[in-house]
Amino acid sequence: MQYKVPVMSDLVAEGKTPDVIFWVGCAGSFDQRAQRVTIAFTKILNQLNINFAVLGTEEACTGDPARRAGNEFVFQMLAQQNIATMNTYGVKKIITTCPHCFNTIKNEYPALGGNYEVLHHSTYLQGLINDGKLKVEGGAFKGKRITYHDSCYLGRANEIYEAPRSVIEALDADLIEINKCRTTGLCCGAGGGQMFKEDEPGNKRINVERTEQLIEVYPDVIAVACPFCNTMITDGVKGENKQDDVKVLDIAELVAQANSY
Amino acid sequence: MSFLTIVQIVLFIGLVGASFFVAFRKFKEIYDNIMLGKPEQINTTLGFRIKNMLLIALGQKKMFKLTFAALLHMVIYVSFVITQIELIEIFIDGLVGSHRILYHAFENIQFLHTLYVVVINFIEILSLLTFFVTIIFILRRTTFRVARFQMPELKGWPWRDALTILAFELILISFIFLMNGADSALHIKENGEGYGFILSGFFGSMLTGLPNLSLELLEKLGWWGHLCMVMTFLVYLPYSKHLHIMLAFPNTFFSRPEAKGEIHNMPAIQHEVQSMLDPSFVVPVTDGEIKFGAKDVYDLSWKSLLDAYTCTECGRCTAACPANQTGKKLSPRKIMMDTRDRMEDISKGKKEHGPDFADNKSLLGDYITGEELRACTTCNACVEECPVNISPLSIIIELRRNLIMEASDSPTEWNNIFANLENNQAPWQFSPSDRLNWTQEL
Repeated sequence: MQYKVPVMSDLVAEGKTPDVIFWVGCAGSFDQRAQRVTIAFTKILNQLNINFAVLGTEEACTGDPARRAGNEFVFQMLAQQNIATMNTYGVKKIITTCPHCFNTIKNEYPALGGNYEVLHHSTYLQGLINDGKLKVEGGAFKGKRITYHDSCYLGRANEIYEAPRSVIEALDADLIEINKCRTTGLCCGAGGGQMFKEDEPGNKRINVERTEQLIEVYPDVIAVACPFCNTMITDGVKGENKQDDVKVLDIAELVAQANSY
Repeated sequence: MSFLTIVQIVLFIGLVGASFFVAFRKFKEIYDNIMLGKPEQINTTLGFRIKNMLLIALGQKKMFKLTFAALLHMVIYVSFVITQIELIEIFIDGLVGSHRILYHAFENIQFLHTLYVVVINFIEILSLLTFFVTIIFILRRTTFRVARFQMPELKGWPWRDALTILAFELILISFIFLMNGADSALHIKENGEGYGFILSGFFGSMLTGLPNLSLELLEKLGWWGHLCMVMTFLVYLPYSKHLHIMLAFPNTFFSRPEAKGEIHNMPAIQHEVQSMLDPSFVVPVTDGEIKFGAKDVYDLSWKSLLDAYTCTECGRCTAACPANQTGKKLSPRKIMMDTRDRMEDISKGKKEHGPDFADNKSLLGDYITGEELRACTTCNACVEECPVNISPLSIIIELRRNLIMEASDSPTEWNNIFANLENNQAPWQFSPSDRLNWTQEL
């Protein structure tokens, strides 16, 4: 299949309107690991003939790390720029593979005049599976031991715990829960701007602590739903020298691989 | 009415009056301290507020994230609430110089008499349970050394405060049994049978060998001892972490509505940036100087200050904190304790040096350091865990804003991402024109 990535400005020039905007995010655009998730999700959108578009070079960081680090000026500049772009295009619905982008656009943009229907890709994929549009059962992950690491910005921040799990269960996989999951899930260590700086002095890295909790149940796959969690847990697994036994995969990658997209 | 009775009434009114006066003064001071904070509109419906208060404060829903601790706590809590019924009779007796006025008033009304006996039995059984639970609580702190009670911020006064309250409870319960036991013994001697109180009747039956005068003295000692402990409790309460028994109610009532992931907007900066991006936009006029984030308690919302006074230092937040678990200095509980300590230090200063008191200290820097604040991953684990809906994260974010925007105290790596975000609209040093490069790999 020839995969396409329609760009909003091109569609407008052609007089077309997409149904949804795929908000790629900075990690999804630039980070090599997260790019693979972006590609997997793009393939799913293509396979299902979803009428989508990306903003491309007009997309800017949502401002999440700046606001959480305490720099409201930078946040406001980015947020207002994004809202102006999307309002000009009349954007109504957004899907994103990043819980941080999801949280900021959904919860913080309305106060600045940006009102959109925002979905995280876990919820979106769950909906497609439930509607019978997306089939994932019986693929490469049938019977595999998969544990899921909750993203803070999806879970506690927005109370989305079941959507990613229902996607994993639809794969016919063996979903194994660790002790610290859902509301008590430990952060991967990247939130609040930590992704971009060294840890404060302590006796352990948070991602190492979290990875140890996750590999305790001997999973074949640690499923994640956030590009930052993905980086942190991948690093943790490498640190434990377990990268050959345990794969860290985003739920979009699970779905794409199950279907050999 | 005998002279002795009149003396007792006067003593009673004096003791209760003085206790309420002293306690009220301190409660007023706490109210004033909370009002030092900035206004914050909490946009919730009355239904939402009452529901939160009933479920979380009264129903202790979030306590049950830790079942064992919650059950133990529930025993003390129910016991405390129910014991207030017996206090009604003690107050009437104290005011009019009577003895067990309700018992005697109900003596010939079968239904009320039975109810009275059942209620006192209920109180006594719960009190005995509470006695044992209190001992378990003391052991959890001192012998079993539950990890969240052994952290550095609990050293000194907070440690003594916790044990003082538990000791108060043991003494208070002992006085209840002394009072009811001696009284039961007298009743048995006079009427051949007790009041029908199972526990104190049992203790009383062992005391019947004592002369009546001794029993009367023991009963009075129990009665006054109990009353003195209740009043001590009242006066001590506003100085103690134990204040949560009252403030849990308003604090859950005024719970914030938004998704936990949302961080408060800053309209002043919003408007300033808006005027930069759109020259035709007129910035609304605001009164006074604009300060970014919080340097001191005056800059925090009143809700955050109410949070601080509501905190009972249970440490569930800190136990759940990823930074704390991995040895970083941040402890969400300490953030709350520091905020309250700062308010207390300010009101102490005002009392000593007058209302214009100002020291050269601030919450940020002198109480909470940048290192603590920078360790936070904003993961909301502390907010999720708090049994009374306190948000340490709100304070952390406000202090971080001040650290970055007023003090320009930012790690180099963060300065780099701020620069990248301004120049490239991404935290990394990639050109915006490269945003679609990933499509080449499709």
